Amino acid sequence: MAALGAFDVSVRDDRLGGARSVSMTRLGRLRWWRLAILAPAGLFFFVPLIAAVRFCVDTPGGGHSLAAFTSLVGQQGFAPSVWLSLRLAGVALAISLALMVPTAIYVHLRLPRLRRAMDGVTVLPIVIAPIILITGVLSVAPSWLKATPYLLALEYAVLAMPFMYRSLDAGLRAMDLATLVDAARSLGSRWSTTMLRVLVPNLRAAIISGSVLTVALVFGEYTMATLDQYQNFSVWIYVFSQSSAQVSVAASLFGLVLPWALLFAISFLATAKPGRLRRHRVDVTGGERS
Amino acid sequence: MAAPLSGGIAGEGAPPTGSSPPRRRRGRLRDVAAMAPFCGYTIVFLIVPAVVVALGAFQAPSGGLTWSNLTTATSGVYATGIKNSIELSLLTAIVPAVFGTLIAYAIYVGRPESLLRRAVVTASGVFGQFGGVPLAFLFIASFNPYGLATSWLAAIGINLSSLGFNLYTFGGVALVYLYFQIPLMVLIVLPAFGGLRQTWKEATRNLGGSTWRYWRHVALPALAPTILGCLLVLFGSALSAYATADALTSGSIALSPIQIGSFLNGNVLAGQQNVGKAIGLLMLALLAVVMLAYSLLQRKVSRWLR
Repeated sequence: MAALGAFDVSVRDDRLGGARSVSMTRLGRLRWWRLAILAPAGLFFFVPLIAAVRFCVDTPGGGHSLAAFTSLVGQQGFAPSVWLSLRLAGVALAISLALMVPTAIYVHLRLPRLRRAMDGVTVLPIVIAPIILITGVLSVAPSWLKATPYLLALEYAVLAMPFMYRSLDAGLRAMDLATLVDAARSLGSRWSTTMLRVLVPNLRAAIISGSVLTVALVFGEYTMATLDQYQNFSVWIYVFSQSSAQVSVAASLFGLVLPWALLFAISFLATAKPGRLRRHRVDVTGGERS
Repeated sequence: MAAPLSGGIAGEGAPPTGSSPPRRRRGRLRDVAAMAPFCGYTIVFLIVPAVVVALGAFQAPSGGLTWSNLTTATSGVYATGIKNSIELSLLTAIVPAVFGTLIAYAIYVGRPESLLRRAVVTASGVFGQFGGVPLAFLFIASFNPYGLATSWLAAIGINLSSLGFNLYTFGGVALVYLYFQIPLMVLIVLPAFGGLRQTWKEATRNLGGSTWRYWRHVALPALAPTILGCLLVLFGSALSAYATADALTSGSIALSPIQIGSFLNGNVLAGQQNVGKAIGLLMLALLAVVMLAYSLLQRKVSRWLR
């Protein structure tokens, strides 16, 4: 990849006349156009974040206070809503993993021609409105199912599908699946053993990041919960804003920054695995896949 | 959706299918059995609810069939809702597609293990899809008429309210949508750059082509199917978003998802119980049309690529 980046510089130079050789000035130009894109983008994304943090910590007298953050846990309704979101996240995650891990592995190993179709199907929950899904579910679900919040978890497993599948897909593409499976099988391992002791450990980064995205999705989900009349974390944020906007904004910041910090940490886990040599080889042919 | 570019590059482990018929049949049975849980779950919890809504659109409160739901859903305030939804979705799909692609490329040319890339990719994962209510509150805190961001902008001479900007109407909703649509675009378009081969760039150069020519005639056409696919996802994502608009405007803005929500909340006139489903059907139909156009376009583009 580093090689590819360097190449980028040299080719880019040709815009100003091919004879000029690569030098540090080129590197400077490369940085310049990247900066021209990334700086405004950074501004657009950081200004609301910083302003929101200030909104939480500024007190009317002109001083600062962390009360909005520290009092969060004790606020009325906070604990039950977080507990509900946690339980829903646990159930949705269990369903999602049990469903997607074997399916993704099987498709990559045995049915690679279905990969395009899987890409298409798993993106559907992003484009089909959750509001349509919950309308349909609430009008046909049996009443015993409608009486429990876990109906939401069943749908959350569907909403999580695009993210879980994308994570697994990236993980599976980055490893030499066929070789691993052949090696395990030729050493006499059964399918279940191959799955649990060879493939899942190799996929751990993909599985963890898919899981964090799923949990973040459940904590951020509002549409289905509010229309099914349950107060999960997001619905609580909305409802509690009537009492204290500062606390609601503080909770929102937590809801965004915490999953991000977790994912950021996991991204280091993802690279701490074998396969560097292979990745270089792939890079030379130009097919870096992330 | 990144498939069109990457499909050929992947080292596809060819399935070792047996040659004798019984063995092949057993393999196919095993394929079906392996895919059954996923397909079953998707049908029950994704396809069936959508079909239920589509059928419910034709159901009269008494149980008979009727067109009246659809007639209501295509007139008056509901027609406005659909028009607003389409405008909002187009705006917040095209603008983020452009900026998201630029940002993704600026990230892509850096080292893949760099802190910047990690930070942007992971942040895109969180902001791109899970924002909803938290994002709405972020903007309420910073861009309300007395918010800090508003005053910062005023300090550099940009007075939002005199520009006609109001956080709680169309403009504000669009602004917040950009805040999750751009990261979503970065997230889904980034892998596509991996499909651009170094040899293409070298070949262009050897033939005397400039960087501009490389982008205009090689890279962008090669990326086009993927970017189109991403545009479709962004359109669908904006069309289906509910939480942000609801939290921001307390459900007062005329957008189709918000209107469906108000039917589900029980704010209905007698005899209009299923109008919400009719709006849902219109949204599904809109998506179907867009997806059809996309697949036709993509077929054309990919044939031309070969």
